Amino acid sequence: MGERASPEAIESIRREIGADSGAIQQYIGYLKLLAQGDFGRSYYTNRSVLSDIALKFPNTMKLALAAMLITVPFGIILGFLSAYKAGRPVGKIIDTLSLAGLSIPVFWSAIIIMIIFSLKLKLFPPSGTGGIRFLVLPAFVLSVPAISTLIRITRTTVSDILRMPYLNTARAKGVPPLKIHINHVLKNAIIPIVTIIGLDFGSYLNGAVVTETIFGWDGIGRFTMEGIIKRDYPVIMGCIIVGTAVFVIVNLVTDLLYHSLDPRIRLHAEDR
Amino acid sequence: MPKTGKGKDKIFSGDFKILLPVLAIVLLFTCSLLSPLLPLHDPDRIDLDSLRTPPAWDHPFGTDSKGRDVFSRVLYGGRISIGVAVAAALVSTVIGFSVGLAAGYFGGRFDTIVMSAVDFILSFPSLLLAIAISVILPPGIYTVMLAISIVGWTSFARLIRGHVLTLKDMSFVDAARAVGCSDLRILVLHIAPLCIPLSLVMMGIKLGGFMLTEATLSFLGLGAQPPTPTWGSMISANRAYILTAPWTVLFPGLALSITAFCFNIAGELLKEKYEFRDSRG
Repeated sequence: MGERASPEAIESIRREIGADSGAIQQYIGYLKLLAQGDFGRSYYTNRSVLSDIALKFPNTMKLALAAMLITVPFGIILGFLSAYKAGRPVGKIIDTLSLAGLSIPVFWSAIIIMIIFSLKLKLFPPSGTGGIRFLVLPAFVLSVPAISTLIRITRTTVSDILRMPYLNTARAKGVPPLKIHINHVLKNAIIPIVTIIGLDFGSYLNGAVVTETIFGWDGIGRFTMEGIIKRDYPVIMGCIIVGTAVFVIVNLVTDLLYHSLDPRIRLHAEDR
Repeated sequence: MPKTGKGKDKIFSGDFKILLPVLAIVLLFTCSLLSPLLPLHDPDRIDLDSLRTPPAWDHPFGTDSKGRDVFSRVLYGGRISIGVAVAAALVSTVIGFSVGLAAGYFGGRFDTIVMSAVDFILSFPSLLLAIAISVILPPGIYTVMLAISIVGWTSFARLIRGHVLTLKDMSFVDAARAVGCSDLRILVLHIAPLCIPLSLVMMGIKLGGFMLTEATLSFLGLGAQPPTPTWGSMISANRAYILTAPWTVLFPGLALSITAFCFNIAGELLKEKYEFRDSRG
């Protein structure tokens, strides 16, 4: 509308969005719209928030999947290495690096990586939405804290398992070492690892707010950020509701996955 | 849960290791608290004659796009970046401690309500919730503190409640009750003191994460407002000059990362010493 809008225009818009009714009425109106699956329209573009979210969601999904593809192998392998080499230089280096990965803020590492890889070395485009070339840097930045978390969870779980007496039994029986690692260690460690991967997948979808903004990736995260900067409340509300819903659904799916992964949990459920 | 029956030498070496990061943080925080007394450039003084000068003797971290001294801004910024994290941790501890204590001891409906609230808050992605809270309230350091604490108290409440549940059944509580102590007296004088070390350890573990949340909110423009420097807001304000003046982004980020790293090392050592499990929430 701008500062020089005519009083009549302001009045008509106030009526349209129902700004004259009380706060509670407005809230009830919003809930009614929500119940019908309508998130309202952006104050700025007047586009439906839901259709914009539907448009941007696949991009965020793509970024999250790419980050996960980097995270899972690195996190699990380094985590195993750190558990097997605990107390030795390799283990200590991995532990320190994973702690550093959790300490460096994403918005800073994103900028530094952008300076090095796109502005100085010119290997990747600094920002924008598109194919693999655009995806590499934001996915990498997003995966650093996730790798660190996964390493730490894997390390704790695996080092617990390594102390279990059944490993001695297996060794005494003459099971080949590789088979012990895969059938006895990995199989038992998989539950907490899957949990963290699941939880992290939920948080990529949301934590992408900063990464997407910096790299100009046209997803839900950047959409949220634009809404916040412009105080575009329908957009902010819509994004937070969708983001939270995704987070909760991913957590639920992770919980359900337990049952098929670990027979012991099924057993406990039947006890009750 | 805390175990103190370990070998003496191991505890000692753990304490020694933890001293280093803690000392580093204390030193940094003291310097930034004392920064008005130190012979520094005024962090808010705009000097149009020296815009974006690279690091040199006069300006060890260079100057930013308005000619302000980055070194003194980083030092001043530490006051808010560390201070807000510590304040939020204190608030979270106090709320989580008292709520967890009461929920664990009295149980019943109060316990159900509190634990549902905790589950409710934890079902949100924490950063998004903090952002949502900061958007509703006017931006500033108190809003950031509040946003972090609203999310942060839950883990303290959960921890303390669990600990109280185990303490409640111990014989010293029965003994106190037999002597005629009131519930309040048992709670405050017999159970609460035993939970304090645990919550202090939890605070140490949480501080690094709280600091990064504050920095992210500041970076998004939801924290302390300009011209007040914080590490997060300095990085976002200077993003446009990363090619011509990279030092304006480099140094606040380094300060942030190093401090968070120190907090996290300290937290990690605390976790090891008290055998905390690596878990989220």
